[in-house]
Amino acid sequence: MDFSGLINDFGPLTVSGLAQGAIIALFALGYTLVYGVLRLINFAHSEVFLMGTYACLIVWGWFGLNQDSAAPSVGGMLLYLAIGLIVAIIASGLTALAVEVVAYRPLRRRNAPPLAFLITAIGASLFISELTGVLTHRNQRGVPPIIQAKPLLTIGDTTITNLQLLIVVLALVMMFLLDRFINASRLGRGIRAVSQNPDSAALMGVNKSRVIGLVFLLGGLMAGVAAVMYNLKIGVTRYDAGFLLGIDAFAAAVLGGIGNLRGALLGGLLLGVLQAYAAGLFGSQWLHAASFVLLVVILLFRPTGLLGESLGRARA
Amino acid sequence: MRQVLARAIGGVAIIGLIAGAAACNSDSSSDDTASGSNCGYKLAYFGALTGSAANLGVNIEQGFELAIEQYNKTKGSTCIEVAKFDSQGEASVAPGVARSLVADKKILGIVGPPFSGESEAADPIFEAAGIPTITPSATRVSLASKGWKTFHRAVANDDAQGPAAAAYIKDNLKATKVFVADDQSAYGAGLADVVKSKLGSLVVATDKTEGDGKQADFSALVQKVSSSGATALFYGGYYTNAGIIRKQLTAAGWKGTLLGGDGMKDPGLSKASGVQAAVGTVVTCPCSPPEAAGGTFVNDYKAKWNVDAGTYSDVAYDAANVFLQGIDAGNNTTEKLNTFLSTVNYKGIANTYKFTATGELDPSLIKVWAFKFDSSGDAKSDVEIKTS
Amino acid sequence: MSEKANFRENGGVRGWFGRQPTWVRSVVVAVALVLAFLLPYAGDVPLIGPQIVTEGIDWPSALFNMSYYVLLALGLNVVVGYAGLLDLGYVGFFAVGAYGTALLTSPDSVLYADTGWKWLMAVPVALALTMVAGLVLGWPTLRLRGDYLAIVTLGFAEIIRIFATSTTTLRGDRGFASIPHPPGEWGGKPIFGVTDAVPYFWLGLVVIIAVILGVRNLDRSRVGRSWLAIREDEEAAEIMGVRTIKYKLWAFAIGAFIGGLGGVLFAGEQGFINSQTFVLQFSILVLAGVVMGGSGNMAGAILGGALISYIPDRLRGISLGDTDLYEYRFAMFGLVIIIIMVLRPQGLIPSRRRAMELKDREKEVAPQ
Repeated sequence: MDFSGLINDFGPLTVSGLAQGAIIALFALGYTLVYGVLRLINFAHSEVFLMGTYACLIVWGWFGLNQDSAAPSVGGMLLYLAIGLIVAIIASGLTALAVEVVAYRPLRRRNAPPLAFLITAIGASLFISELTGVLTHRNQRGVPPIIQAKPLLTIGDTTITNLQLLIVVLALVMMFLLDRFINASRLGRGIRAVSQNPDSAALMGVNKSRVIGLVFLLGGLMAGVAAVMYNLKIGVTRYDAGFLLGIDAFAAAVLGGIGNLRGALLGGLLLGVLQAYAAGLFGSQWLHAASFVLLVVILLFRPTGLLGESLGRARA
Repeated sequence: MRQVLARAIGGVAIIGLIAGAAACNSDSSSDDTASGSNCGYKLAYFGALTGSAANLGVNIEQGFELAIEQYNKTKGSTCIEVAKFDSQGEASVAPGVARSLVADKKILGIVGPPFSGESEAADPIFEAAGIPTITPSATRVSLASKGWKTFHRAVANDDAQGPAAAAYIKDNLKATKVFVADDQSAYGAGLADVVKSKLGSLVVATDKTEGDGKQADFSALVQKVSSSGATALFYGGYYTNAGIIRKQLTAAGWKGTLLGGDGMKDPGLSKASGVQAAVGTVVTCPCSPPEAAGGTFVNDYKAKWNVDAGTYSDVAYDAANVFLQGIDAGNNTTEKLNTFLSTVNYKGIANTYKFTATGELDPSLIKVWAFKFDSSGDAKSDVEIKTS
Repeated sequence: MSEKANFRENGGVRGWFGRQPTWVRSVVVAVALVLAFLLPYAGDVPLIGPQIVTEGIDWPSALFNMSYYVLLALGLNVVVGYAGLLDLGYVGFFAVGAYGTALLTSPDSVLYADTGWKWLMAVPVALALTMVAGLVLGWPTLRLRGDYLAIVTLGFAEIIRIFATSTTTLRGDRGFASIPHPPGEWGGKPIFGVTDAVPYFWLGLVVIIAVILGVRNLDRSRVGRSWLAIREDEEAAEIMGVRTIKYKLWAFAIGAFIGGLGGVLFAGEQGFINSQTFVLQFSILVLAGVVMGGSGNMAGAILGGALISYIPDRLRGISLGDTDLYEYRFAMFGLVIIIIMVLRPQGLIPSRRRAMELKDREKEVAPQ
């Protein structure tokens, strides 16, 4: 164990952990949204994210950007960032809807047991990620340097880069917008109604199918944003990137209380920071083990996660 | 009732499709066995062709296949057939595939397995069947000490490369603060341990990461490297992780040199990190630069496969040629070919090959070169490292 | 009503089987058993044989692989199908069984000087170890329900994998080599050699049959009825006097034991294990197999377990035109899973009780 290392690097590790946690949190929202309404784990959500990372890179490629390009000017940076976000959001959203239509809807029509949903989702996940793997020859794809990480401000010996700040701020903004949407809009009220009691909601005139499509779409949108952030932070994507981060995101959703939006944010940030500390203290190879140990310990004391399960506090 | 019928038809259709595909396949083996002396045999490649370890495997297979194709061209017929066996690089899959390999009695020799883990699982089966193997890349030291008579290694083992890498860091790079990390693979950790012990007090800090495809966020490692003040990072591992690490190090503003073993000698590193970030990255390899051989291998490979030769492509090419030379000299049984290997002295493009009694490359022939990534995105030969 | 519909109404094949006198049933079972033992020679059957056997991988080895997948599916079926506890980390027990054997028998193990046992001696100890692991996982997670249990079990398997990778005792990727094979000699040669996988398959088959008999008895006993009660409604079961904690632990321990059996066999056949084998995807595949085959029904679990191993192995070495299908095997496999589940949400061979439940539920669905 390396206590002095952890103490020396405490600031930087916290900052990089928060940035990673923000990405995990956005990713985790997809699990939480779908769980809140359907009470099932959308295993294919990791591939929703994956499609976002690739779509963004492919479109940047159309602009002649690849891993060897020079960093664009500030105007170009904002333009490419906006394009990347829009494309990734569309790709992830469409993938999420496609998964819903192909893997979930037919089962819902027949009122299949919950486990069947889990398995079709696993099938969809396997199909998308493996097909991506074959088509990309399982190679990594480097990300163009859209944003050059530059130190933005320094507190003590901790520097915060522009990229880290962007990731955290963007994640918070997306969270805020989603929270407002669920709690204040008409469609959001529909989502809360279905999540509280699907049958009553249906009787009250809420179109359940549309609500379910909507939560998949919303989860996809959030995953799309997370995908662009991931590209910029990690710098590389691969066919199994979704699976890898998906486990973290799923854990974060459960940690905060699955079905609870604010729980996903809390869980994501907590997990990101904890992983950074664990890597500093025990070595990078223990980072995932530490997050699972934390998860188990917390679930022992709070069996429904830190904030409990409820979508937008609807079931408080 | 209609539904039942539809399902039944669907089921039959699926079965028919699979069966049909199988039928196509079983007919595909051509029967035009070439005439001529010492012809009509097969050489096999055993290793990953699919799965996450496929890239290294494909490098090796393509080098292997190129050698046989060239041999057949000089013979004017399909004298030696290529047989490919996909182990996915996984020890759990390897035995079953190895058993299907040994069932083919026309196979005289095997190039592979590329990884040490699958070698442990598959080599006992090859040993029992008596088929000689030459591995171009499984460098675990213990493989040679199991008493396998059919085992041959066309590269130096981990014990040779580590000291050379340490010597390069000390003498050529003249680094005084070195950070050593590895990916916990048998190969990477073994290499890093030797480097650590040879560098001694020059090592300021160490870390371990998860293996390829199991970790993408290396910010904790990057942070440790930056704050340790090290000017060189030795990473025991493969190019997949190394590419991401190099990229994240550069993004964090660390300007030191990344070093590694032959597992990192692949253009895939610079494809992930970007060529600019990769420039100056040093990899050691127990092999000679291909251009030194003066052959046309580099161009031939590119012409045939439309990609640049990767790590171990050249060694696999040599290994196949060693077998071909043996078969050409009339060693047309596995026993004869295995005996031939114990006396062989073959000058290939990457090295000269002569095996010791345990199947290791003759120590006097082991050369370790340093290669450096330049602006072409590939590692070019730098200097030969003196290890003595 | 057509004849076929009538047949289905009376319970289909299984209904017919149940109505036969004992001697007919014994003959059917005996024939099925003989056929199962003859499977390694399926390739010799004209016409159909070559379509069945695998090409890129040795057929007896593929059968052996299927046998340990079937064992895992049977074990997971106890946990998921009978007791209704969603376990996403089942590979953890498989790993404990295999590592237990390796630690006790391999020359690479730190214990070798003290133990250095034969495979057969290590088996009971390794199995006891996996049962303990099942209890260790089961005990703290008893309060958790459904998907929370899923993530904790997933975490448990990941922790085992990371420990296996990162601790020096468990040797990580270096692994344990020279694990002894099962004992026995036939005509001066060891029965369990390295080049022939048929004896391993037969051994696997014997173990599977023993497990089937054992689990069948349990399922029909008080334990099985308690599992059923817990699965359907835990609170109600508790109120009715079922000691839910005890029977959930039973399910975990028995599931772990069967998974450990798979691991022990695997280590004995391979002779080498390292941390690369015990990845998460493995657990997920086995779960997919159980549910695909028919959760809660042993015949279903067996079929599902065999399929998840057979389909990818069968696709190996097949090419359509210029493209090699084996590259696409897992993508195709994903597709097959979706198709099967959409067509038969209750699994290929559903548990009869589950099928009846599903019928009730289908009636509940409001017309769309």
